[in-house]
Amino acid sequence: MSEHASRRRFLQATLTLIPAVTLAPRDVFSATPENRKISIAKPAARNSNYVPRYFTEDEWQFIHVAVAQLIPADELGPSAVECGIPEYIDRQMQTPYAHGALWFMQGPFVTGLGPELGYQQKYTPREIYRLGIEACNAWTKTRFGQPFDRLDQSNQIKVLEQLEADHITLGEMSGSLFFAQLLGNTKEGYFADPIYGGNKDMTGWKMIGFPGARADYMDWIDHPNERYPLGPVSIDGNRS
Amino acid sequence: MSIEKPSVDVVIVGFGWTGAITAMELADTGLEILALERGPMQDTAQTANYPNVIDELEYSVRGKLFQDLSKETVTIRHSLSATAVPYRQHGAFLLGNGVGGAGFHWNGMSWRAFESDFRLRTHYTERYGAAFIPDDMTIQDYPVSYAELEPYFAKWEDVAAVSGQAGNVRHHIRPIGNPWEAPRSGEYPLPPLKDTYGAQIFARASAELGWQSFAVPAANASAPYTNQYGVRLGPCNFCGFCEGYGCYMYSKASPQTSILPALRQKKNFTLKAGTHVTRVVTDSTGGMATGVNYIDPQGQEVFQPAKLVILCAFQMHNVRLLLLSGIGHPYDPVTGEGVVGKNFAYHMNSSVNVRLPENTQLNPYIGAGAAGTAIDDFNGDNFDHGPLGFIGGASVYHLRPGGRPIQQSKTFKNEPKWGKGWKASVQDGYQRILPIYAQGSVMAYRNVYLSLDPNYRDIHGQPLLRMTFDWHENEFAMIKHAIGGAKKIAHVIGGDVEVNLRESGSHFDTRAYQSTHTTGGAIMGDNPQNSVVNRYLQTWDVPNVFVMGACVFPQNIGYNPTGLLAALTYWSVEHIKKLYLKNPAPLVQA
Repeated sequence: MSEHASRRRFLQATLTLIPAVTLAPRDVFSATPENRKISIAKPAARNSNYVPRYFTEDEWQFIHVAVAQLIPADELGPSAVECGIPEYIDRQMQTPYAHGALWFMQGPFVTGLGPELGYQQKYTPREIYRLGIEACNAWTKTRFGQPFDRLDQSNQIKVLEQLEADHITLGEMSGSLFFAQLLGNTKEGYFADPIYGGNKDMTGWKMIGFPGARADYMDWIDHPNERYPLGPVSIDGNRS
Repeated sequence: MSIEKPSVDVVIVGFGWTGAITAMELADTGLEILALERGPMQDTAQTANYPNVIDELEYSVRGKLFQDLSKETVTIRHSLSATAVPYRQHGAFLLGNGVGGAGFHWNGMSWRAFESDFRLRTHYTERYGAAFIPDDMTIQDYPVSYAELEPYFAKWEDVAAVSGQAGNVRHHIRPIGNPWEAPRSGEYPLPPLKDTYGAQIFARASAELGWQSFAVPAANASAPYTNQYGVRLGPCNFCGFCEGYGCYMYSKASPQTSILPALRQKKNFTLKAGTHVTRVVTDSTGGMATGVNYIDPQGQEVFQPAKLVILCAFQMHNVRLLLLSGIGHPYDPVTGEGVVGKNFAYHMNSSVNVRLPENTQLNPYIGAGAAGTAIDDFNGDNFDHGPLGFIGGASVYHLRPGGRPIQQSKTFKNEPKWGKGWKASVQDGYQRILPIYAQGSVMAYRNVYLSLDPNYRDIHGQPLLRMTFDWHENEFAMIKHAIGGAKKIAHVIGGDVEVNLRESGSHFDTRAYQSTHTTGGAIMGDNPQNSVVNRYLQTWDVPNVFVMGACVFPQNIGYNPTGLLAALTYWSVEHIKKLYLKNPAPLVQA
């Protein structure tokens, strides 16, 4: 049997097992009560015993599912969940940054003057998560009858895309603000030093080939276009 | 009721580059010098030690060394009729904080300026005719020439241990170095930094096009060096953590690395950190300063009497202090009268990215703040502006300040931002996307200025500074021309090319980092009608107040400002010593 024919048979066999929801028109707005019933609902994988200090159980579930879509597992490496990103984000929520203490937060907050004038909303990162997750779950419950984390993967991705494109409004907050907060923190955790709880085993650094805290290339400046021979180290001296 | 301290001879407000230079140069007079710095004490051993400083999240992302915007920021609007809103998060520019100021977290690109920059209006009028300069462009000559400043550029370059390759020594143009630079009296203190692989690629392509590239002058020491103050700098090891960080190798020049170790030995010098100056106090006539008011670390109001007040805060903060203190007439953009806040300017940047062949190893983390290669064929008046119709120019360069993953892992803008697609593109791009930048001058305009904001205040209840700024067609045309050069280099290099050009009609965007090269607002000039300070940086209105820094630039140049503002500071202090201290009076008759 040729490889091509074999692949086609595999696809045919697989198709029969795909639940109806993914065969429905690819539009997050088209979900019906019928296909809601059969949407896949499984708890997100947890990868540590870390107990969140800021996020509630529902929020914690949301974060796991969302970051696993933003940085999924693939042949290049493990997912954001396996890299500790939920822990990273929760730990960041304990910092002055999350309370808006690094930002000028005096009113009046005048919005709508154009994006070039930068952030002009009153929400701190903590509030963006709290309000954003609640409103996003309310939105998906209205559309799909399920909170975000219980949607099937393709609908999770579509909701994230709609947030990113600002096609979903989260109460008074724009969907894109919430999405940018989530994506920004996810990438930070993926690439920041592991001391902050993410980038476990220096996974993010290894994916791109960043040597971490080595920070001494006195020798390798003389080796243009040659692969650097050493793996990364972290601030606390761990190697991988 | 405020506390009154015993009087000092000289009070210096702000302890970044200009404060450190001023204090050091005045120290040998024996005068009692007090420097007041509103931020905390910072030094290499405590604030920038290895490995703790190799922390992208803490430093450049969360801004450990940046001004605390929760206490004070600026407001920004694009036009005279708009309402300004606060710069709530760090974005386009990264203000410094604490001892060293922005000079602690800078990259270290240390340029001189072109001879024509100092006589800009005269030069363009002579070469292209007076009608070439738009009516709303309020550019003017510096009241000092390059030749007068040359010894002070040289002095600065020694103190900062600048590494570079001279291209013009006493009018002898060399086949290496920058053939366009103004004539130098001598070599750089140190040879240039070694080229990164990306710099080698840029240099080869430039040569093929007939453009002589050269190493960016770097205040990142290429070898151990002892400067004229007897302070020792270590060799840069290309750790890739300059901008946003202090230098754990003691290689990048900074006030605390290059000057403070010598200055703190002076018995007549005192540095008080955590003291926030709120205004310069003047006598009943308004014609003489009696000292400054500050808020001490305990929150108490203090009056510090002084015979001489030297403003050495960052560009914006100096302008705000003048406005809050009522020194000089505030600029009015409607009538064109007044001077304080006038001729605010900035830089305009764009870039081109080239995707090099697969398996290329740029090793982007091997970098330094000023590790780069540049051409100046699109800068200053080094080309015929006549058919192009704009004023100014840009430096075109490849720079490799590092490969810090959160902020410096490049992808092309049409590639996915998340998901598997993002992982694939960020991995692919990291080792083989080579950026080429153009950073160009911004001229001064009648409708661009700084003033006090009517709505927003800092934590002490004082009005924030308001920036009224947007791009003008002259700068769009300038950067488009310079990016044309960058594109040619990119195409010679080969591979996919992505152009990120700031398009005509777009607004100043406060969100994405551009540069901290804000200038003007307390400009120098030859008479009190066109300037805040005279050629010695002495205020026209209050002769015992001097103002240092990029705020005195009448308009910006096509280079990073630190070399020029440092040279101007050395020039000013020299004349304070030679002229002012002997006869404390106006040094230029109005």
